[in-house]
Amino acid sequence: MNKTLLILRHEFLNAIKRKAFIIMTLIVPVLALIGIGVFQLISAGESPVVEAVTIGYVDEVGGFDQYTTQGYVELVHFDTPGDAKAALINGDVSEYFVIPSDYLSTGVINRYTLERQLETPLGIATVIKNFLTSNMLAGKVPPETVYRIEAPLDLVTTRLTETGEVATEQGGYGNVIIPGIFALLLALSLQLFSSYMVEGLGNEKESRLIEVLLSSVSPRQLLTGKVFGLGAAGLVQVVVWLASLPLLLNLASSTIGGFFSTIQLPANFLVLGIVYFILGYLLFAALSAGVGAISPSTHEGQLLVPIYALLAFVPLWFASLLFVFPDSPIWTVLTIFPVTAPMAVMLRLGVTGIAAWELAVSLAVLVLSIIMVMFLAIRAFRVYLLMYGKRPAWGEIIRSLRSG
Amino acid sequence: MLAVDVNHVAKSFADKVAVDNLSFSVAQGEMFGLIGPNGAGKTTTIRMMMDILKPDSGEVTILGEKLNEATKNRLGYLPEERGLYKKLKVIDSIAYLASLKGVDRHSATEKANELLNQTGMLASKNKKIEELSRGMGQIIQFIVTIIHDPQLLILDEPFAGLDPVNTELLKGMLADLRNQGKAVILSTHQMNQVEELCDRILMINNGQNVLYGDLSEIKARYRGNSVLLDFKGELGEVPGVTGKRTHKGYTELMLDSKTTPQQVLAHLISRGMVINRFEVATPSLNEIFLKEVGKKS
Repeated sequence: MNKTLLILRHEFLNAIKRKAFIIMTLIVPVLALIGIGVFQLISAGESPVVEAVTIGYVDEVGGFDQYTTQGYVELVHFDTPGDAKAALINGDVSEYFVIPSDYLSTGVINRYTLERQLETPLGIATVIKNFLTSNMLAGKVPPETVYRIEAPLDLVTTRLTETGEVATEQGGYGNVIIPGIFALLLALSLQLFSSYMVEGLGNEKESRLIEVLLSSVSPRQLLTGKVFGLGAAGLVQVVVWLASLPLLLNLASSTIGGFFSTIQLPANFLVLGIVYFILGYLLFAALSAGVGAISPSTHEGQLLVPIYALLAFVPLWFASLLFVFPDSPIWTVLTIFPVTAPMAVMLRLGVTGIAAWELAVSLAVLVLSIIMVMFLAIRAFRVYLLMYGKRPAWGEIIRSLRSG
Repeated sequence: MLAVDVNHVAKSFADKVAVDNLSFSVAQGEMFGLIGPNGAGKTTTIRMMMDILKPDSGEVTILGEKLNEATKNRLGYLPEERGLYKKLKVIDSIAYLASLKGVDRHSATEKANELLNQTGMLASKNKKIEELSRGMGQIIQFIVTIIHDPQLLILDEPFAGLDPVNTELLKGMLADLRNQGKAVILSTHQMNQVEELCDRILMINNGQNVLYGDLSEIKARYRGNSVLLDFKGELGEVPGVTGKRTHKGYTELMLDSKTTPQQVLAHLISRGMVINRFEVATPSLNEIFLKEVGKKS
């Protein structure tokens, strides 16, 4: 067998036998299955009874006496604020509000509660709003109009294709979930394998095994075998995740339903997921090989990994921004910058999709960066491989990379 | 065809000349000693032979060609500092490293069992490397070095850290390999081992050739005109002897330039003297080494 393949197989088998790898690979499907299981256990029991809530109110304007039942909330009238306060303290009502005499001109409603809250719960605010609206409009417009004023809009958006047909892939948060989770896992996986690479090289340097290896194979064969061996292990991990996603989604949407049935996998997601994993992985592996080459020990190498590994997470930090400003040029930059490209592409696939030219440029830049970093890594490998105990100064590294 | 041919090789690091215009060759079936003090440039020379380091100038030919994948399969290298995959089993470590030398797994396992048996380590074949003692690890590494039946063996300080039993075991195996026609290069600063095992030597200091050639010729070149004598009775006057020095268990006789040891021996026998030991004084390699290294520095 070709020596590169032998190294590849050795590194692959070593990686997939490691505990961290097995845990990382299985944690996604296992956690999802546990989640679905727990949901079924809970929903198999009696459905929870929504407790009726009683809210007091004092009407200093007059006329607010109809529509006192709003869903599960019962509104109870008190003559004075003192009575309402006494009822609150006795526990007869959970809270009360006062409609002051100047309400019509100011719109101010005073609400009293025993609980400390960041803001009025949305449900309560809606109940009070609907109660006020209904009473003010009562008798002036037909009841259907009252309901429509309370809930004027149920927006249903449909995405059409350029030919005017309904697109198979619609927008919404359901689209973001899977690419979002996948982007996070991808970044974690890249970090894991970067540290495997640095650790492996560090150990071989520390144990001087590297000299025995290099008396049998060339630095290029060694590095290529390592990069692709670890890459194959990474690919197994990603394929397990990606393969388990549709199965888990089907299970979740059939057992839990609701939001889960709206989750979709964006078109091209599986293909681009694998392509960007492979390219992202190769870039990180080459960077890690370079770091492994210039670091005298595993420990020192591991300290350098976060410098570039954290960059991979940058698109995730800006994810919330993506929802608000999906067309910001910063996304184009993150899509093209090679270290952030895999994550940025995954996230954008779920939100807005990506223009074909951006994908083309992103892939081209990624491939070029891999070739360049790999070239430099092999050079650094050759120069610093046999340096033990002392990391060369950065200036020296740059000089030697230039001169080879 | 020469096993190794090194021609005017030089290598400098940032602030130091490690190897300076060095040339030597090693023939097939020869045990060759590469000796010198620590930091003399032995390991750098070996790394250039292994193509781990590129020489700044000069050329290295291994088994008649520039080192390539095929020649790498025909050489075995035991580096000075030892290491194997700690978590891997002995048999798997040997098989993997042998596979990188082009040996298929089946033959590697078969040969590994044979060598483990020969070195008395068969019982440890399923142990992890980290469970072995230092000396045992070293034997495993030696097995890794020879398992692919290399034509050329390069051993950097092979006896360092070995107990006397394992040292003898290793020496025996090396002698066998030489007798099979393999070229063996021993790099060491343990002169007694070189003296015992090697046919020819290269002594280097500060990256430069200090002494190079046949070991017995070199020793003859450094031989002083004196003999070592252990006898019974009175020595008296011996013609041609200019001085005497008494050591524990023997006496050293200094001869003038016209007198040979044979003449002295004939004289002593003719006097009917009881002689327990008569030896032409030859400096040990260690003494030559100290003399040469001291002279250069």
